[in-house]
This record gives sequence, structure tokens and C-alpha cells, in this order.
Amino acid sequence: MGHYVLRRLLQMIPVFFGATFLIFLMVYTLPGDPIAALFGEKAADPAQVASLRHKYYLDQPLWKQYLHYMNNVFHLDFGTSFTGRSVSSIMADAFPVTIRLALVAFFFEIFVGLPLGLISGLKRGSIADTAVLLITLIVISIPVFVLGYIAQTIFATNLGWVTPTVQDSTDITQLILPGAVLASLSLAFVARLTRTSIGENLRADYMRTAVAKGLPRTTIISRHLLRNSLIPVVTFLGTDLGALMGGAIVTEGIFNIAGVGNILYKAIRTKEGPTVVGIVTVLVIVYLVASLVVDLLYAVLDPRIRYA
Amino acid sequence: MSAATRVRWAVVGVTSVALVATGCGSSGGGGAGGSTNASATFSYQSSEPQNPLQPSNANETGGGRILQNLFKGLVDYDPSNGQLRNQVAKSIDTSDSQTFNVTLNSGWTFHDGTPVTAQSFVDAWNFGANVKNNQINSSWFSDIDGYADVHPNQGTPVGATMKGLTVQDDTHFTIKLAGKVSYFPYKLGYIAFSPLPQGFFKDPDGYGQKPVGNGPYQFVSWDHNSQVVTKTFANYQGVDKPKNGGIVFKMYTTAEAAYADLQSNNLDVMDQVPPSALATYKSDLGDRAIDSPQGAIQNIGFTLYQPEWSNPNTAKVRQGLSMAIDRDTITKTVLQGSRSPASAWTAEGVAGYKAGTCGQYCTFNPTMAKQLIQQGGGVPGNSLKITYNADGGHKEWVDAVCNNIRQNTGVDCVGDPKTDFKTARAAITGHTINGAFRTGWVQDYPLNANFLADVYRTGAASNDFGYSSPQFDQLATQADQAASIADTEAGYQKAEAVLAQDFPAIPLWYYRTNSGYSTKVQNVAFDSFGNPNWTQVGVKS
Repeated sequence: MGHYVLRRLLQMIPVFFGATFLIFLMVYTLPGDPIAALFGEKAADPAQVASLRHKYYLDQPLWKQYLHYMNNVFHLDFGTSFTGRSVSSIMADAFPVTIRLALVAFFFEIFVGLPLGLISGLKRGSIADTAVLLITLIVISIPVFVLGYIAQTIFATNLGWVTPTVQDSTDITQLILPGAVLASLSLAFVARLTRTSIGENLRADYMRTAVAKGLPRTTIISRHLLRNSLIPVVTFLGTDLGALMGGAIVTEGIFNIAGVGNILYKAIRTKEGPTVVGIVTVLVIVYLVASLVVDLLYAVLDPRIRYA
Repeated sequence: MSAATRVRWAVVGVTSVALVATGCGSSGGGGAGGSTNASATFSYQSSEPQNPLQPSNANETGGGRILQNLFKGLVDYDPSNGQLRNQVAKSIDTSDSQTFNVTLNSGWTFHDGTPVTAQSFVDAWNFGANVKNNQINSSWFSDIDGYADVHPNQGTPVGATMKGLTVQDDTHFTIKLAGKVSYFPYKLGYIAFSPLPQGFFKDPDGYGQKPVGNGPYQFVSWDHNSQVVTKTFANYQGVDKPKNGGIVFKMYTTAEAAYADLQSNNLDVMDQVPPSALATYKSDLGDRAIDSPQGAIQNIGFTLYQPEWSNPNTAKVRQGLSMAIDRDTITKTVLQGSRSPASAWTAEGVAGYKAGTCGQYCTFNPTMAKQLIQQGGGVPGNSLKITYNADGGHKEWVDAVCNNIRQNTGVDCVGDPKTDFKTARAAITGHTINGAFRTGWVQDYPLNANFLADVYRTGAASNDFGYSSPQFDQLATQADQAASIADTEAGYQKAEAVLAQDFPAIPLWYYRTNSGYSTKVQNVAFDSFGNPNWTQVGVKS
């Protein structure tokens, strides 16, 4: 087990280099000149542009820029944005916000999605099952931004239960609505995945054995059925955590949350290399760690899986 | 990214490119009486500044709006009429439009208690102009004699000071320009000309994060991407003493989010309502809705540097194309009243604005449009491409203009979208486009010279057309040398008339401020910069 984890962690090193280089290359090849764009509609002063380009190391060839950047990263310096702030402090501001939002969304996925899937999987063809299928179908087919605006209009503008946008992102109660909106799509997927998985395992041999042994129903469901049915769901949830963190741009925009998605989008628009590379690299690492945790969870859920 | 989100981001694209100058002020309508609480703060929709908060380093609304409240220069513009008025300056005198003698009012201090002296201005300008300091607004100082010493076209500066700036004593200094610019005091209202305290020069980066100014409001905190908090500065000496306790600049990434907050009183004053609310905001907000003119214009420019368009006779073609555009209908329908039709190359409301300079050529007349295009030899290849940036919400009106041109003249007109603003700018300045492009001008200061000299003069930094008219240049130079600002305005009106003959660009429409405020504030009005009358906003008690 320890060996396995170590090997996986070592594998992250080449992935880290590859990812940063690819992202660096992509930002570099984006069209347009970020320095000239700083001057807006006004024509940029050539001498000033040259001086600024030198300041941000943009007057060097790509490979030199990359080496310079990586050298700084090893000194824990992720570079400086055009606002004069260090990228580390930008990330230190944005990631806690996004992590809180992602956790709220994750909470909804697990504590709402799973039970819904369980109910409908156990009572196939019942009214509850049909209702779950219908609701999840609707949620899947409505784009997140439509859902976001509907939720904002109903709960904030009409009912006045919450403020339309998040006023203080450290207040977890304000994150409930955006979190629910962000979770909606994945929640529907989790419910449907669980339903299918449960449906399959209900007909498995070990289930018949458990029932024949006369075990109580709750034990059968929680210890035998649910545990075996969770593997595909856990896989989905693990990769979804990464998606929740980087892909919340739309939700963050609607509810005005200064999270990673928004910062990243703005940085790509202004072609702010250090910010984009820094944030995406952290997201890649989050993804890698999440998938490692998922793989380890397999062994917990299914004793037949062993990591040597 | 889905279509709807793209539209929302477009708004950000528009506001972030606007150039701002100072302008806060006295008068203003909107909202009736009632008692106010002079120590209460109000919130304003803002966006995260692009650069550190240094006056010579802010050319976008996000940073500019905050800085113009933290700093106050020699002069500013009366928001009610755009006229120049003295603030730190007691007087700015000149006899030859080249050397200006500045006398300061005494009693002004920075927020840290140090006095505002002539040296504070001279040091700040020398800092801003120096190419080594990487200030975005450095070219603003290029009129001053000795600018090339601190800002050479190539290489390192030979000195740290501009020889045109001389300090006599604490309250007197002179500005000597490299040439005659009669309206130079108008430029002094721009944020880049603010004074800086001595502490700034020891730690410009630190002061960029925690600015210390001399304006009506003082800096309290900057919670990045969330808000900038300011409070009223008790020792403010300007003519526009704040009637509220401070401004909280709340950062919004979308106008939709800000509008939702405004409707539920979580935001007090906003910048510009989102396009999706243009049709409804007046009924949503009632008498709290604002619709006022802005000093900004939208044009279609032509690539006069290309052989197909360089012949003087092609001016007729451009005049014809202009007459094929139904400005009234497009501004009312596609743009939902957020613009008003243009009839000149300067925007409505700026000093020296003269309606109708464009004359019949800005009036919709399909028959004459066809005739003129024929007389001019037709559009090259009978097709026209209008280049624009796809992230600025321009697609709808470019398509509408092209439909007009196609239907009324038979010219095959299509829009040519470039991914984003910086790509479009690179194509326009790199001369890699063909035919026509979207362009525009937002006033730096409310004077017609700004819309003309900085755009249409031969070799002007923003002359993207390659337009060069000896007649225009001569009239502009004459206007620059005029004895008074009134004469300058009249001189530039003559120069503007040349544009009607040569037609380097088609004026389309003027921008408007479509905004509103919450039920918690009153007496909110907007100036031609699209800024509210910050200090006069009353917070209801």
C-alpha cells in the first residue's frame, strides 16, 4: 500500500512538468499582445511597451521564459500579475473560496444525490422512482446558467430569503444556494448512477445469499448492497471534485463569487501567463490527488482489490 | 462557454477599455429630498483594478474610478457642465499657451498629514513620465518640455527630471511645454496629473496597494476581488466636500449580478445596467433609473492607408455608406436606447461640441447613398468587411449596420469578428485588416480637441486610419495656438468640418449612461464620464 502511494506520488512529478509546460505554451500562443492591451483603446507608447515587456520577462524566447518561470517556482515564487500582486497571494485568496463552494456542492451531491438514487434503485417502477428520473432528466437538460438565474430570481429577488449574490464568501450559509446550483447537474448524475448500480447489484448472488441468511434489511442494504454499488459513484465523485473547482465559472459569475474560475477566466482574457499557469497547475495537482484518493477508496469498498 | 455567458462577459470587455479622467462634483438631480446621514457609506459597482492603485498607472474604469476619489489634481471638471474648475490650483496662467504659471491653494494635505506642495506635483509627474517606472499613462506627460530625457523612444533615460517643470516655492511652479497647447489645463484634470506624497517614492509598490492621496476620500482597505473601502477625508479642501461618509467599491464580474443586487438594495449605485435589462430597467427602477449622455462615440473607421481607399474621391463612397445606415432605428431597436444617433465626430455634451457637422451624410437616405457610392467609383470589389472584437457586445449592431448597407446599396457587407479586444487591436494597429473596422473614442477630458487632435491628426497615436490631411492638421495647429479655450473650441470646430469632406470614419452614435440606484440613496446624477457625482450622493437616514 505504502509503495503504491509512493509510486503514484512520484508519477505526479512528470505530470506536473508536462502540465505546466503545455499550459505555458498555450498561454504563449494565445493571439494578441497582453501588454498593448493594457493601454486599452489608446495606442500604446512603444518605449513603454518595450519596458513593460522587459519587466514581465516577455521579451525573451519561449524556452527562456519557461526556464525563468520554473526556476522561480522552485524558489516558491509563482510570478507577479499585472496588478502587481504575487500570484501566490492571488491563489491564497481564491482557492479557499472555491474549496468552500466545492465542498458545499459536494455535500449536496452525496447527501441528496445518493439517497435519491438509493430510493429509486430499490423501488424501481414506483412513483418515487419515476419522480426521481423525471427531476434528474429536467436538471440534466437545463443549462447551469438558466438554473442559476431561476434560483436567484425565485429565492433572492422574489422570496427574499437570501441576497442575490454572495456578500461574504466566508459565510457558509450564503454559499448554500450557489452550492446547490453548482451541484445540480452532478447531483442528477450521482442519483442516476447509484440507481443503475443498485439495480444491477440487487440481482447479484451475494444479495440472494444475504437475504437467505435472514440478515436484517438495513444491514443488507448498507453493508452489502450500497458498499458494492458505490464504486462507479465514487469514481464519478472523485473526478467531479476537480471539475467543481475549475469549472464553476458560470455559477461564480451569477452569484459574484471571486473564486478560481473567475480569476482564471480573467487571467486568460488578459493573457496573464503566471496567473493561468499557477492556478491550472494547482488544479492539475488537485485532480491527481483526488484520483489517487478514489483509487485507494476502491480497496476500502471492495476487499478483493489490493494494492501491492 | 455558452452563448449567454459570452454576452455577459462582453459587458466587462466594454467597461474595461474605457478611459477615465477625474470628474466629481457639485450639482445633480434625481431623487427628492429627505434627511441624509452624512457619515453613512454607499456602495458602488466596480471591477478589480488592472494595475496597482497609482494615479499614473490607471487607464481603465476599475482603478480610475477609485483613484479619482482618493486623489485630486490641480483642476477637475464640473460634473454638471464639464467646465474646468480649480481644485488644488488657485490659478493657472499663461500668456503664450506654452509656459503655464501655477499657483496652489494653501492648506491642502495628503491623508497622511503631509502638505501638498508644488514639489508633490513635480515629483509625481517626473515619476509618471519616466519610462523606467512602467506607468501606463506615461505618454500623458509628453507635452512637457524635457519629456524625451526621461522617456526616450529607445534606450535608458538620460535624466530623472523634465526640464520644463520648475518649482519656485511651495505654492508656485511653472510648466513649460515643448510646443503651444492652449488647452493644456484641460489635460491637467486627468488622474495621471495627481500629486503624490513624499513617502510614495520610497515604496511605489507598497503605495500602489495602500494609496495615500489628497482627495475627498481616503483609503481604508482593499480586499482583492471583493471590495475597496474608503472613508471621507475630514481635512479635504476641495470645492466638492463629501456629503456622505465614504464609498465602498464592490467588485462585480458581471453586470447581471450587480443589477440583481441593486434591485434588492445590496448595492447602492451601479455603473451600467446589463444589456438584458435595458428594455426593463426604467420600469423596474421607476424614478431611480438614470439615462444620461456620455462623452463617448462609436465609429466605423476605414483603412485609408490601403491603395483602394486612399484616393480622395473615395470619400464619396464612405459618405454614401454612412447615408445607408438608419441610425435612428438601430439605436432604438438593436441597441435599445443605450445610444443616441451621432451627427458629428465629437460626442454630445463636451465643450466645443457642435451638432450636425456631419450634415446630410449622417442622415438616412438610401437613394442618395447609392448615388454617392457610384460617383465615388463604388466600394472596392463591391464588398466590405467590418472588423470588430467579438467580446465587446458589438456583433448585434455590426450585423444591423451591414444589413442596412446590403439592403440599401447592394454592397456585400459582412462583419469580421476577432476573438477579443487585444486581437482586434493588434490587427488594426498592425494594418492586417481590409476595408473597415469598429472604432470609438471615450473622452479623456470633455473638450472637442480630444476627439479630434488625438484621433485624426497626421501620425496621432490613435489615428488607426492612416488619415493625413494637411488642411485638418493646419487648422488643428492653429486651434492649439489660440489665445483662449473658447478660441480653441471654435478652431477645432473648423477642423472638424474638414472631416465631413474627407470622411475618414463614419460617426455612428454617442454612448449613454443607463444606470440606476437603490432606495437607500438619493441625489444621484452621472457626468459625461459615466461617473456618479460621488461626493454629492446622499445616504438616507
